[in-house]
Amino acid sequence: MGKTLVIQPVSRIEGHAKVTIQLNDAGDVDDARVNVIELRGFEKFCVGKPVEEMPRITTRICGVCPWSHHLASAKANDAVFGVEPAPAGVKLRRLCNSIAYMEEHILHFYILGGPDFVMGPSTEYPTRNVIGIVGAVPEVARQVVKVRHMCAKMLETIAGKSIHPDAAVPGGFSKPLQKEERDALLPMAQECLELAKFSIKFAKENIFPKYLDAVKTIGTITSGFLGTVAADGALDLYEGKLRMMYSDGSYEDFATPDYADFIGEHVEDWTYLKFPYAKKRGPFMLEDNAPSLYRVNTLARINVADYIPTPLAQKELEEFRANFGRPAQLTLLYHWARLIELLYNAEMAVQLLNDPEITSRETRVKVTPRAARGVGVVEAPRGTLIHDYTTDENGLLTHVNLIVATCQNNSAINLSVRQAAKTLIKGGQYDQGTLNMVEMAIRAYDPCLSCATHKLDGSIPIKLDIVGPDGKLLDTLTNS
Amino acid sequence: MTVNGNKPKFAMYWAASCGGCEIAVLNIHEKILDVDANFDVVFWPVAMDAKYKDVEAMEDGSILLTLFNGGIRNDENEHIAKLLRRKSKILVAFGSCANEGCIPGLANLSDSREIVSTAFNTISTDNPKQIYPMISYDVPEGEIHIPKILPVLKTLDQVVDVDYYMPGCPPESHQIAAVIDLVVQVLQGKAELPPKGTVIGAGNSTVCDECKRARNIKMVKSFKRIWGVEVDPELCLLEQGIPCNGIATRSGCNARCPTAGAQCIGCYGPAEGVIDYGARLISAFASVIDSNDPEEIDRILDGIVDPTGQFYRFNLAGSLLKAGKPAWEKA
Repeated sequence: MGKTLVIQPVSRIEGHAKVTIQLNDAGDVDDARVNVIELRGFEKFCVGKPVEEMPRITTRICGVCPWSHHLASAKANDAVFGVEPAPAGVKLRRLCNSIAYMEEHILHFYILGGPDFVMGPSTEYPTRNVIGIVGAVPEVARQVVKVRHMCAKMLETIAGKSIHPDAAVPGGFSKPLQKEERDALLPMAQECLELAKFSIKFAKENIFPKYLDAVKTIGTITSGFLGTVAADGALDLYEGKLRMMYSDGSYEDFATPDYADFIGEHVEDWTYLKFPYAKKRGPFMLEDNAPSLYRVNTLARINVADYIPTPLAQKELEEFRANFGRPAQLTLLYHWARLIELLYNAEMAVQLLNDPEITSRETRVKVTPRAARGVGVVEAPRGTLIHDYTTDENGLLTHVNLIVATCQNNSAINLSVRQAAKTLIKGGQYDQGTLNMVEMAIRAYDPCLSCATHKLDGSIPIKLDIVGPDGKLLDTLTNS
Repeated sequence: MTVNGNKPKFAMYWAASCGGCEIAVLNIHEKILDVDANFDVVFWPVAMDAKYKDVEAMEDGSILLTLFNGGIRNDENEHIAKLLRRKSKILVAFGSCANEGCIPGLANLSDSREIVSTAFNTISTDNPKQIYPMISYDVPEGEIHIPKILPVLKTLDQVVDVDYYMPGCPPESHQIAAVIDLVVQVLQGKAELPPKGTVIGAGNSTVCDECKRARNIKMVKSFKRIWGVEVDPELCLLEQGIPCNGIATRSGCNARCPTAGAQCIGCYGPAEGVIDYGARLISAFASVIDSNDPEEIDRILDGIVDPTGQFYRFNLAGSLLKAGKPAWEKA
């Protein structure tokens, strides 16, 4: 009879997820599982709601990426109503999306992922945190706070609210952007672009080289990748077709309403989170390199895109690809890909604000309800987000299906944790270092298990209870 | 975060929530340094290492201020709410979920088994054997537990005694900053705490009072859905027939949604003195209907296609309807 190790709580969502590791008689790892323990029931209680209210109901799924749910929902509305939204409305939605992305990617890189980079993954917890960054590069820290604040202000100017917005409506955007507002926003966007340019240069010169050497073994798995590309294969975070790229680099493109032909969701009884898998490639298997295994989020998007339509980010993509190939598999490259996306979004924000159409008065087209199905897909910062609505003739919902971004990394997170646990725990030997490394494997995916936000000090709280076969607590380790 | 045993202790916790309250707190930007300067942050999952065991080890009443956000959706949320109540001198229900249930409270119209069954039988879910998450499951080495979903989502004060209420979905960052200023002044002896039960970090009137749209005499011949109206950018939305909830909703947000051309949906909760949010709103809407003909009034009311979502979108769990408790439980 072996032992069960329980890591709880794990991730930033205190008590919403935990890890269980099963040891066999020899003290080696039999299995490891991430249990997600939250369910709020949106797919049930949204039935009967007017479909046009969904963009301001589904935001409450996630206060970290409310813009992603808001826009996926607005796009599903466009499809339900059967309209092409007003071009200026689309541009305002894209602008808000890019600003929200910048806010999130900056937060993740500097406050969550950053401490690992700056301090190194094997340093002790007391120094591996945002305070460490403030000490190491204070002027950068000041600029980060300033730019994040500016992003929130920009969203408020364009859309009223930055958290839980309500400006995207079926057929477009609720309010036009005034010319004087645009003039005030443009220098802010340019300052964001400067920080983005600085960030990737800083990371490439000072951080990535030593960091990548140190962590090449952590949480490594081989998988396929899912992301959105434009009709010509360009990176697009707002609109396009879905591309499922397999681990050999081959891929299939499909229209968003056909997602259920390509993605299945498997159910296990030990977690509230389902396991999406690429069902055309075989049955669900929670195994490394399983044909049906795929990942989403920054690295996936950078892998599936043929090119990036902004010049600076394209140059970075070329360099990234020359170094790591396509598809790049190393889990910790998610961080590098995130910075390329930061640059892309900053370039996009400046470009959109310079577009004369952004201040057009025509931001909405008229819609009328009908019985229809509409699928809205955007790339949320953490991966492909799918909203699928069916309505009756009054535009009231009869069916709702949601596939959220982090859910699609459920298998990958579990496998990375299992890989880390199996590599690190042998013959029943484990210590604080074990916890750090398991934590690294999870953090690489920036999981948003129930809409988590980011910790300031860079550590995910982990408590490891070692429980004997009789349920008796044998030992407790913590990472503080 | 500094650790200095002499400063008052601060905690913040999320139960069943979306994370927006935490982002709203992070969005006070440099003001967060005031929290650090004046408090020992002893428990705050978003900002520092957080362990239940550490909280359990603290003396009862040893945390001066706890901001609690999120609703009570499972037995673990309830356990932590009771734990933090015991350990905290001042417990604040922070944000709409903890105050009144918010949008996740709409799930209280469904049986929790239906909720699980819906989520695990969608069109993309592959579940021929009808597998559902188990509260506990056996592995060769023992039993693994995940928390149990409660029959309904409860507000914080339906589970424990609450000292202050801070509404909003999420609370506005400028309001959070103002509350932090107040608490710092109290600590410095320059101000006094308001009476227990006070709503803090919000205004005392309605969203209408903060709204810059022009108001004339509100009388409507029909209620319209937002897609059916060419919205006048200057005129009161309710006068345009758009069912805007500002009239019953507490001020404090600077009327952000009406300013952005979208109707207020009530995220700041009931205005001062309002006992039941939905009842107040129903009465307010009734008073603007421009008709005395019962049949016409019926037709006008048909324009409100989702009464629950209109009148109780944020307030269902906390309303007088007692949707925060299962029907079979005694009042």
